[in-house]
Amino acid sequence: MVPHYSKILIQVFIIFTLLCAAGVAFAWADVQEASASAAVSSNVPSIPWWVWPTMLFVVTFVLGILAVLGGVGGGVLFVPIVGGFFPFHLDFVRGAGLLVALSGALAAGPGLLKRNLASLRLSLPVALIASSAAIVGAMIGLALPTEVVQTLLGLTILFIVLIMGIAKKSDFPHVPRPDNLSQSLGIMGIYREESIGKDVEWSVHKTPHGLALFIVIGIMAGLFGLGAGWANVPVLNLMMGAPLKISVATSKFLLSITDTSAAWVYLNQGAVLPMIVVPSIVGIMLGSIVGVKILAKAKPRAIKWMVIGLLLFAGLRALLKGLAIWK
Amino acid sequence: MSSERTKASEEQIAYAKVLNIGMWFGLLVLVVTFFAYISGSISCFVSIEDLPKYWTMKAKDYIHACSAPTGWGWTGHIGRGDYMNFIGIVILSGLTILCYLVVLPILIRKKDRPYVIIAIAEIAVLVLAASGLLKSGGH
Repeated sequence: MVPHYSKILIQVFIIFTLLCAAGVAFAWADVQEASASAAVSSNVPSIPWWVWPTMLFVVTFVLGILAVLGGVGGGVLFVPIVGGFFPFHLDFVRGAGLLVALSGALAAGPGLLKRNLASLRLSLPVALIASSAAIVGAMIGLALPTEVVQTLLGLTILFIVLIMGIAKKSDFPHVPRPDNLSQSLGIMGIYREESIGKDVEWSVHKTPHGLALFIVIGIMAGLFGLGAGWANVPVLNLMMGAPLKISVATSKFLLSITDTSAAWVYLNQGAVLPMIVVPSIVGIMLGSIVGVKILAKAKPRAIKWMVIGLLLFAGLRALLKGLAIWK
Repeated sequence: MSSERTKASEEQIAYAKVLNIGMWFGLLVLVVTFFAYISGSISCFVSIEDLPKYWTMKAKDYIHACSAPTGWGWTGHIGRGDYMNFIGIVILSGLTILCYLVVLPILIRKKDRPYVIIAIAEIAVLVLAASGLLKSGGH
């Protein structure tokens, strides 16, 4: 029963996503045409203003569902897809992407902290590094020419696809000996692992290496407005040795701090348009709620590969757009 | 079964409580102001019908083309439909600073010196980012 249900769900998602993509593509073609004629005449696109926010809401709703089922953050899907297929400038898309990722993190944060899955002791030092770097990334992103950011975004998305495809995860990594820095900061904890019915004690190692990597992660988060769960989790889990659940939860919570600092830079530089931000936030959040409900009933592994496929397509689109090959 | 050992720390619970209330409040303000904005009942700084002309521009060009405010200049237009939405956005963006301010006294009371320093440094970073003092050059 469940596998049959999963198949139907997957088919519905594929059809719905294709329909959305087709709708956006047709509307975009119309805008291109309108822009060309507008250059000669009044410079007013023929499509009514409400079409784009409505379409944005529908697409982000689907992205919200896919993000939950595919185990990725909303921001990483939002920026390349909306940046690649909507008429909005990449500056506004990145600003909205940060606020989308921030809102998701703010919504998930309280529950994760209360259940002691997200660790404040692990988050605070990491967040200080990552949020400072995110400010630098945001400033670089707003200063660079659009085509450069677009090309780098495409390459980054393709790199993320690679990571998603090959990276292994470890439920309970072996930490032979916590390093001096993590010991002096008291980065350790205990949480209840319901799947095995035990309390699990955890600690971390290689903290200085991990913190150094969070400089790069922070810069990329600010530069592309992607959120950074795709990078946070491997570093916390595989490098620093935090259990997978702690890594995922702490990563999600971390975004609420990292993305805040970059979001302020975009906000202060006028790169935030409510008409793009609000439908996106509401769409992703509602989609995530629906996604969680679907996830409870079925766990279609194929969705993960569909998300990877979607990212691959969006990454190629961003790369080719940046290189002026596919305008 | 959850034991005393697996419970979240006092500062973690305090942080979660403020985050939870602030997030819902910010989201509510954001949605209400957005409906007021798109209803057309409030005048806007950039009219909704004209917005598609500007959202294809680089942020810097949009600012120049519309003479739109940067930094905290939007507060001068808070009565306009579009900038009214910034109230919710600022609540969501500023919530983390508030959470740190709530956690800081707990860390001080616990004499957790490294984390007091980290929390103060983070507040400084976020306040600097929010201040609007940081400006990027550009093309």
